[in-house]
Amino acid sequence: MTIDLSTTYLGLELKNPFVPSSSPLSKQLDTARALEDHGAAALVMYSLFEEEIEAEEGVAQRLQNQDIGHGEAASYLPVHDDLPGHREKYLEQLRRLKEALEIPVIASLNGISPGGWVRHAKALEQAGADALELNVYYVAANIEEDGAAVERRVIETLTQLRKQVRLPLSVKLSPQFSAIGNLVRQIEAAGADGVALFNRFYQPDIDTDDLELDQTLHLSTSADSLLAMRWIAILHGRVGLSLAATGGVHTAEDAIKLLLCGADVTYLCSSLLSAGPGRLDEIHAGVLAWLDEHEYESVAQLKGSLSQKNSPDPGAYERGNYIRLLSSYRVPQSLWR
Amino acid sequence: MITIDGNEAVASVAHRINEVIAIYPITPSSAMGEHADAWSSASRPNIWGTVPEVIEMQSEAGAAGTVHGALQRGALTTTFTSSQGLLLMIPNMYKIAGELTSTVFNVAARSVATHALSIFCDHSDVMACRSTGFAILASNSVQEAQDFALIAQIVALETRLPVLHFFDGFRTSHEVAKIHPLEDDQLRALLNDELVRSHRERGLSPDRPVIRGTAQNPDVFFQAREAINSYYDRAPNIVSEAFRRFAELTGREYRLFDYIGAPDAERVLIMMGSGAEAAHETVDHLVQQGEKVGLLKLRLFRPLAGEQLLEALPASCRRIAVLDRCKEPGAAGEPLYKDVLTAFAEHLTRGGSKFTALPQIIGGRYGLSSKEFTPGMIKAALDELEQAKPKSQFSLGINDDVTHLSLDWDAAFQTDADRASSHAVFYGLGSDGTVGANRNTIKIIGEDTDLYAQGHFVFDSKKAGAVTVSHLRFGAQPIRSTYEIADNQAEFVGCHQAVFLQRFDILAKAKQGATLLVNSPLAGPDFWTHLPRPVQQAIIDKQLKVYVIDAYRIAAENQLGRRINTIMQTCFFALMELLPAATAIEKIKGSVASTYKSKGSSIVEANFAAIDAALANLEQLEVPASVTATTELRPPVPIDAGTFVTEVTGAMIAGLGNEIPVSKMPVDGSWPSGTAAYEKRRLALEIPVLESDLCIECGKCVFVCPHSVIRSKVFKPAELKDAPDGFRWLPIKGNEFEDDLAVTYQVSPEDCTGCNLCVEICPARDKTNLSRKALNMHPVDTVLERENEYWDYFQTLEEYDRQKIRWTTIKGSMLAQPLFEFSGACVGCGETPYIRLATQLFGDRMIIANATGCSSIYGGNLPTSPYTTDRNGRGPAWSNSLFEDNAEFGLGMRIAIDQQRKEARQLLTRLRDEIGAELADGLLAVSHDSDEENAEAEIHEQRERVASLKVKLAGIDSEAARNLLSVADALTSKSVWLIGGDGWAYDIGFGGLDHVLASGRDVNVLVLDTEVYSNTGGQMSKATPLGAVAKFAAGGKPVVKKDLAMIAMAYENVYVAHVAFGAKDVQTLKAFREAESYRGPSLIIAYSPCIAHGIDLHRNLDQQKLAVASGHWPLFRFDPRRAAQGLNPLQLDSKKPSVPYREFAESELRFGILTRTKPEVADELLARAQEDVDERFHHYEQLAALDYSS
Repeated sequence: MTIDLSTTYLGLELKNPFVPSSSPLSKQLDTARALEDHGAAALVMYSLFEEEIEAEEGVAQRLQNQDIGHGEAASYLPVHDDLPGHREKYLEQLRRLKEALEIPVIASLNGISPGGWVRHAKALEQAGADALELNVYYVAANIEEDGAAVERRVIETLTQLRKQVRLPLSVKLSPQFSAIGNLVRQIEAAGADGVALFNRFYQPDIDTDDLELDQTLHLSTSADSLLAMRWIAILHGRVGLSLAATGGVHTAEDAIKLLLCGADVTYLCSSLLSAGPGRLDEIHAGVLAWLDEHEYESVAQLKGSLSQKNSPDPGAYERGNYIRLLSSYRVPQSLWR
Repeated sequence: MITIDGNEAVASVAHRINEVIAIYPITPSSAMGEHADAWSSASRPNIWGTVPEVIEMQSEAGAAGTVHGALQRGALTTTFTSSQGLLLMIPNMYKIAGELTSTVFNVAARSVATHALSIFCDHSDVMACRSTGFAILASNSVQEAQDFALIAQIVALETRLPVLHFFDGFRTSHEVAKIHPLEDDQLRALLNDELVRSHRERGLSPDRPVIRGTAQNPDVFFQAREAINSYYDRAPNIVSEAFRRFAELTGREYRLFDYIGAPDAERVLIMMGSGAEAAHETVDHLVQQGEKVGLLKLRLFRPLAGEQLLEALPASCRRIAVLDRCKEPGAAGEPLYKDVLTAFAEHLTRGGSKFTALPQIIGGRYGLSSKEFTPGMIKAALDELEQAKPKSQFSLGINDDVTHLSLDWDAAFQTDADRASSHAVFYGLGSDGTVGANRNTIKIIGEDTDLYAQGHFVFDSKKAGAVTVSHLRFGAQPIRSTYEIADNQAEFVGCHQAVFLQRFDILAKAKQGATLLVNSPLAGPDFWTHLPRPVQQAIIDKQLKVYVIDAYRIAAENQLGRRINTIMQTCFFALMELLPAATAIEKIKGSVASTYKSKGSSIVEANFAAIDAALANLEQLEVPASVTATTELRPPVPIDAGTFVTEVTGAMIAGLGNEIPVSKMPVDGSWPSGTAAYEKRRLALEIPVLESDLCIECGKCVFVCPHSVIRSKVFKPAELKDAPDGFRWLPIKGNEFEDDLAVTYQVSPEDCTGCNLCVEICPARDKTNLSRKALNMHPVDTVLERENEYWDYFQTLEEYDRQKIRWTTIKGSMLAQPLFEFSGACVGCGETPYIRLATQLFGDRMIIANATGCSSIYGGNLPTSPYTTDRNGRGPAWSNSLFEDNAEFGLGMRIAIDQQRKEARQLLTRLRDEIGAELADGLLAVSHDSDEENAEAEIHEQRERVASLKVKLAGIDSEAARNLLSVADALTSKSVWLIGGDGWAYDIGFGGLDHVLASGRDVNVLVLDTEVYSNTGGQMSKATPLGAVAKFAAGGKPVVKKDLAMIAMAYENVYVAHVAFGAKDVQTLKAFREAESYRGPSLIIAYSPCIAHGIDLHRNLDQQKLAVASGHWPLFRFDPRRAAQGLNPLQLDSKKPSVPYREFAESELRFGILTRTKPEVADELLARAQEDVDERFHHYEQLAALDYSS
């Protein structure tokens, strides 16, 4: 029996639900091709960061304003009129990916403020992106700003973006909202075609030798996927937009769980960064084998079959689960010796 | 028409008509080479379709040699240079001319260094070349400079004579003007391809070999020299013909001698260069007034066509003033003056018909080092010709109250032509974008209106907090006013920094009813009340219209930081109404957009928003009817600073140097040290303040301070009776100090530049709040008064006894007084901490030979000197000879000291009995410069003995005693330092440095390695690292940095250290002390982060750490003394590279430009750089591991 792995995400017909998510893997054409060869159904590009655009513009500004008012020199570094900006490099890479790949390429914009930078979306559309993901990586560190304002920021940015482009749009959210379900509903109302749950914040660390903050990248583990699993399960069937599960998809089992909950696609990042594009084959084969073993005909059949709406135990996705876990917890003996 | 500066106009022609361009950077001509390099890098072809090869050489001598070689092979070859650079080319110029080789040297004329270096204009460099055999053509304006760059090439090909085409440095090279461009077709039409081919055919070829450059003997040399005469004889006619053909094609007419003025003029000026344009304007004005005056502009100075010169003069002229922009001391007159005299003498001797009697001919000097040359001065020269007995030799533009050669002039005299122009003067800071905005304004007006425009820019000599003055003229007629806008002439004065109103008389230039625009956070009555009395008075007296805008606020609100250029520019256009406001705004926005290419970028949007906000925030001040302020302008120096400092240094600081008479000038270029301390420039917005409860007394803040503004002193707390309230101190720790001593760290708030490095390095933090250090930056306004009080008190405390200092520690050595302070170096400079350290350790006995470059500019550019003295009046004696000879210059000092010491010891021995055996023997016992741990005590004792000796000698009446007295100081320790940058040590001065290192003499060489020519704007040197982008290495330097240390170590008797003070301060300290103590040559190569690295210098220390950790800058010391002890002389002081080279490179824009523009090339070069640092470190490790024990 042929098992149909195809799925639809943001209106895009995909051959399977395995999508490498936004990561440095899309920076090299060879790697991107390898991902496609290993069965990736679409590719989310690395992000075009608001801050990177600003930083590159800062470089341009700095090169244009080198004069310190000394009679012997008006500049100290040669000024290249053709210094390409970060945006131009991103667009170039997008064009190259589109030329090199047959699978859809989803561009990614990463920023936190409604404002000028969303205008870059138009350029991404013109460069051939099949869809656009808005990555709202925002740490609400200002304690004067309330939760509603943080949500408004997302919606306003999305609204502006929607006005710029006709492309399918998805929003990649962090889990740190008080009412994710309601926010996703607002996002849908503002014109998004999908959400990707969840973005992982890169947590600062402390170097205890020199008492300085350290920025270290920690890759996800399978355990991290449970967070997305719950919310996708809750949202499936209750919202009309596409759902991508992201964070912690390392194995076929992780992917199957997320599909069961209702994900339209599963994003892969840490697993590919650590194991390489070959991991896609393993997941692909593992999912096929599981579907086969469990006599599923298609992913469509599987998708959402264990969402909260379809679950025999919907309470497990909510607070009840919490009480059960706590009451069953036993302190390991060894800890107290 | 296009709006362009002189350098670009000349380079544009030269690049299009040459095949090889060999250059070396020198102000003010560097930009020509840089343009040529940039165009070749962008593959812009010449008119023959090939891209010229541009090569930067190790010196101008090298460039001239390369030019000579390329010419010998028949390539069309050129160079650009000035001043000392041109002098270095002279030997080759004789050769090139002697071989009748067609070439053009384009020269931005600049003063030759004499009693002082000067980057400004006069013709002394060109005049030094007048006997080389080069034809010499003078152009007077940006338009002419462009045109003559072509005409010179035509002449060179047609006469076979090489041509030196010169135009005035800064005045023409940097003036922005509206000119008719020369198109490629015009170049092609005027250059004869047949002659180009002939030039090629004369090139050396093994296919048709000749032998050129022979050595000739008395039998033929002379005749051969005379064989060229006919080429010179016919040259003037060929030049005339070239002018004619040029005029035919372009409509612009030039002659060998252009006469301007009354056809029946009786009084005539003869001159060349940009000053002739001001003279042209003045003569036109005077002729209109009915005066019988004229001007002869000389275009072709060599070969001088005397008869044609006389032909061009009106027969009516009976008195002539020849004006030379140079000085030939001791000569019977300056060169042009003597040539004119000769022309007349020949004419009369031959019985020429035009003049039957010799007119009265006088000679004047003007404009040395860009001294102003104004209509008033020109009129004064013409007026002198009317005197019954005019001065036969005179000077213009100064007050010579010693030999009384100067002419008085009417500073208020103005021509009708200048009155017909509009004038605007702008005062800004170097970093606020004022000059850039004004260049842009000139471009907008030049290119979008029918008006002619002129921009001239004046800079002070500081690198941090430089003051710029922009002079802009606009008018319906071409502008010949080659002088600054004078007092009471400007219709518009822009003051882009309100603080200038407190310091300079900037309203002097405003004319009655002028507009004054000030950038100030204050508005309305507040603004008025804060103005000093003389400013209020001038506003009322001159009925100025005053507008105020808080440009910094608008810039900050629009994410532009402190760039206020577009905001102030918008206000200027709105107030001057040269264009309709809406059009002006559209043009300003257009130029912002084109600068940043992509119209949608956020910088462009931010600028647009700021431009729109500018007019909305511009407020006119209601000027009160009467003066309310009582404060005066800040005096430039304290009133008790002494006569010389008050009258000379003070006047220079106040911008009144032009008014100082000759009698006040030192006659031999010697100036007092210690004057930088008077300037108090108050540049910092934030300054560091000590938290004494946290301080751990490490001294690192003092160690890293680039401007020597943070100091430490040790004292007894009981002595602090008069200390101001809150004066901070803490008990000192360490068993090397006596009990009951305290220490303090204090900042001089008005000298601090706010670089933040002391806070960066401070290791002491509050355990409960890690963001609070022992030093923290505070807004200067909140602490200035208190910190000034503390600083004043701090200065009254005694310096700690040098004999008690434990010099091996940072904390100890930083107690020594810096004898280098408050220089004009960049904020966060990476060089100056090394110099400060040397002066702390050895300053009271230092003699410094300083190569030209950044360190000679912040070290010795007047008005002030950062080198200073201790309480005994001792301090570094400093001198700059040249760029190329610094090692030899310093060696000469060493040899002289040694020789004088030898003489002194001989005389001491001879006079032993008269002096007293004990004293004489004590003196003789110290035979070398002190180098031991107890050097300070030994030096002190020897100084005491020399003092006693002097007393004894004063009482002995003999020649020997008097001679010994004159050399007795040589008996005390001296420390000779040869300081310079990498441009000197790796390139132009390398040959000399190599020789000095090989001499074995006891000199200390400090190479401040910024890895580029920093002072002239970041050109590549052989110290530039692989993969870094620099000028002349726009595509990334393809070869590795020269390993100067390894070359020096090869001598085996040279002490060598590779240091980076921000990475390992103790190693730097140790290296300086070891270098000094080594009785032979020592070389310290010091890593010096620089703005040319494309970093913010507040990251100076981090970048040094990265440079060391990545292996870019390994730390080591090579001490030949160790070999004698059976130890390996090489000690590695840094670890194996632990950070990828790429990480270091990506943190600096000099590499980052390449990763952005040519990522593949960057990848390749950085991969090679990684291999290179790994291999180099491995090599050093192997060397350091060699066994010396047997």
